[in-house]
Amino acid sequence: MIVALVDTLIPKDDVGPGGVEVGVPIFIDHELAGAYGRGVRMFLNGPFGEGTPQQGYQLPLPPADLYRVGIADLNAWCAKTRDGKTFDQLSMADRTAALKALEAGQAEFTQIPSRTFFSILLQNTMEGYFADPIYGGNRNKAVWTMIGFPGAIGMYGDLIEQYRNKQYVIAPKSIQDLS
Amino acid sequence: MSTKLKAADIVIVGLGWTGGILAKELADTGLSIVVLERGKPRDTNPDFMYPNVHDELKYAQRHELMQDVSRETLTFRNNSNQTALPMRQLGSFLPGEGVGGAGVHWNGVTWRWLPWDHEPEKITLARYGKSAIPEGMQLQDWGVSYDELEPYYDKFEYLCGIAGKAGNLNGNKIDGGNVFEGSRKREYPNPPMIQSYAGALFEKAVRTLGYHPFPGPSANMSQPYINPDGVAFGACHYCGYCERFGCEVNAKASAHFTVIPLAAAKKNVEIRTDSRVMKVNLDDAKKRAESVTYLDAAGREFEQPGGLVIMAAYALGNVHLMLLSRIGKPYDPATGTGVVGRNYAYQINTGANVFFDEKTWLNPFMGAGALSMNIDDFNTGSFDHLKEGFIGGGGISTPSAGGRPIGFRPVPPGTPAWGTDWKRAVVRHYNHTLAINNQGSVMGYRQNYLDLDPTYRDSYGRPLMRMTFDFQQNEQKQANFIADVCVKIGQAMGGERVVRRGAPQRYSIVPYQSTHNTGGAVMGTDPTKSALNPFSQTWDVSNVFVTGACSFPQNAGKNPTGPVGALALRTADSIKRYLKNPGPLAPA
Repeated sequence: MIVALVDTLIPKDDVGPGGVEVGVPIFIDHELAGAYGRGVRMFLNGPFGEGTPQQGYQLPLPPADLYRVGIADLNAWCAKTRDGKTFDQLSMADRTAALKALEAGQAEFTQIPSRTFFSILLQNTMEGYFADPIYGGNRNKAVWTMIGFPGAIGMYGDLIEQYRNKQYVIAPKSIQDLS
Repeated sequence: MSTKLKAADIVIVGLGWTGGILAKELADTGLSIVVLERGKPRDTNPDFMYPNVHDELKYAQRHELMQDVSRETLTFRNNSNQTALPMRQLGSFLPGEGVGGAGVHWNGVTWRWLPWDHEPEKITLARYGKSAIPEGMQLQDWGVSYDELEPYYDKFEYLCGIAGKAGNLNGNKIDGGNVFEGSRKREYPNPPMIQSYAGALFEKAVRTLGYHPFPGPSANMSQPYINPDGVAFGACHYCGYCERFGCEVNAKASAHFTVIPLAAAKKNVEIRTDSRVMKVNLDDAKKRAESVTYLDAAGREFEQPGGLVIMAAYALGNVHLMLLSRIGKPYDPATGTGVVGRNYAYQINTGANVFFDEKTWLNPFMGAGALSMNIDDFNTGSFDHLKEGFIGGGGISTPSAGGRPIGFRPVPPGTPAWGTDWKRAVVRHYNHTLAINNQGSVMGYRQNYLDLDPTYRDSYGRPLMRMTFDFQQNEQKQANFIADVCVKIGQAMGGERVVRRGAPQRYSIVPYQSTHNTGGAVMGTDPTKSALNPFSQTWDVSNVFVTGACSFPQNAGKNPTGPVGALALRTADSIKRYLKNPGPLAPA
């Protein structure tokens, strides 16, 4: 399921690597299984109210639970609106249309707002795609290579003036490469 | 069950910049000092070592060095008609936790606030008269002028090794420095940093527009430095991992390797980490603080008696502690009476994103937290702001703080947030985009304040603090006016597309904006309008002093650490005077 979601958000194409091939689903699995997924640094005491957009996230769910509920809602909504199919059974075009509906808050979820689920899914997908490969995504630093980010290196005191308005090309290095 | 400990002469709550400065400065008195820090001990080695510290996910996204809101947070609402709800995760601002406080993960931008920022009421009345001040705006002076604070600004700059260029040396205006700054007695201790291409483009563009560019004052070292206390700093590598990170080479001034070890080396100073202060206990007459109650790592409760208590937590933490300890009368917006929680303020950010052609290489990853080019032509007091319909102003800058790609991947409006077209836009624009930012001042208002929440409690059973805050029309006008200037600069830079970022309709606690929360326990000369006298001493309880940005009556168009550090150094001198003759330092 996460593979299908990530593959829809960041497909493999002529621009650069897809989210799945660089390990973003593995990244998300690891994150949700750990402290982040359990919301250990979130304030989850009640009472719970809906609030305004300016007041931020107000559900009692830490990220891992939000995914479980969100995926159940997503599949139920897909089944209802798309001939009984779950999200991962849809064609790429239908998956894309489904995620656009979530993003716009137009998918009718039963338990949580669809946009809330979409928002954390997009955030974590981007984190996995661009983070250091030690976390399981951005495999072989392929994403950093694609955009020209040198990674964890960070020694530019002698270069910043020299490379004004010049392209700086270097093979990116991860934390593990430099350890 | 509380265990009563042996009394100390001075108890300091919090060990960031201000707690560190106070501990170090007061250690010379020989008095016994106990410092209580809620977080962990931290040091450059091993906590901020290369390459592990260059980890955007851990530090920038997961907030490794910041306050754990599962334990302590606050509630928030835009106005008093709403029900406040808890800030369940960090967003708009990022208070620190642990030795060094938020000063470990700051960018290092170290301003002297402009003379106007210290005396806005006096200057506004003289220049425009009383009718200029909008209904509900509570403009008020510090009770300390820029000139009085100048020696302390100087001392803090030399402590930190600030890199910069003077623009007003003993009244002489110097091109290339900030000609709008208050008069300074001597140059910065270090020369300016090397500018990036973004900075060079900004400088050229604003000169053609007739403005006055200068390099941002930076606590990132432009060269190796030894401060007056003998503390050695490394030279900055321009690595681009500053804000939200610790620095592996001590090239970013921080209390954890400067004032704190100097204080800790003294026999009369004892630092206790994992010591979370619950409240300050007063005597029956509520005139004197007797002790501080705190919990240790194992959750055991201790009572630490002390002759003098210094609140040196983050701005919001100090106000919370005052409210919980019933020091000073809580502010009530309905009647306008009371002082604790009054004049809470923030900043308003607008600006422009400038998208260049593919031949313009900006290398955004080469940078440093405080590396920037700036103008103060539209900052507080620099121009006829009332003519434009508002009070205040903002600093305009092009920062080159790094290009870490989870957070920095600009695309023009209209680009989808995912999919192939999104990816194409990220690749196209990553190395060819810069931001021009307005950091806008925010004044104090009758309806913006802090108090205790009636419903929510933290994990220790204490009421959370409640923040009631929204942007007001005066600030929105200011921020929109300056956004237009930013667009003009972007166009003069030769951007292919310049996208204006206008003022938000409402303040939101969700997206990161700045860790520049001010007010709530402001200083001043009138005890009905301020919680502290001009010496940072609470009006009601003369053996309690309060440091930090909570004492600023309004927020400026500049980062607050400079005045926070300067004021802490001045408070140390005030406390030394108090110790010779305990009692109120100013008549109530």
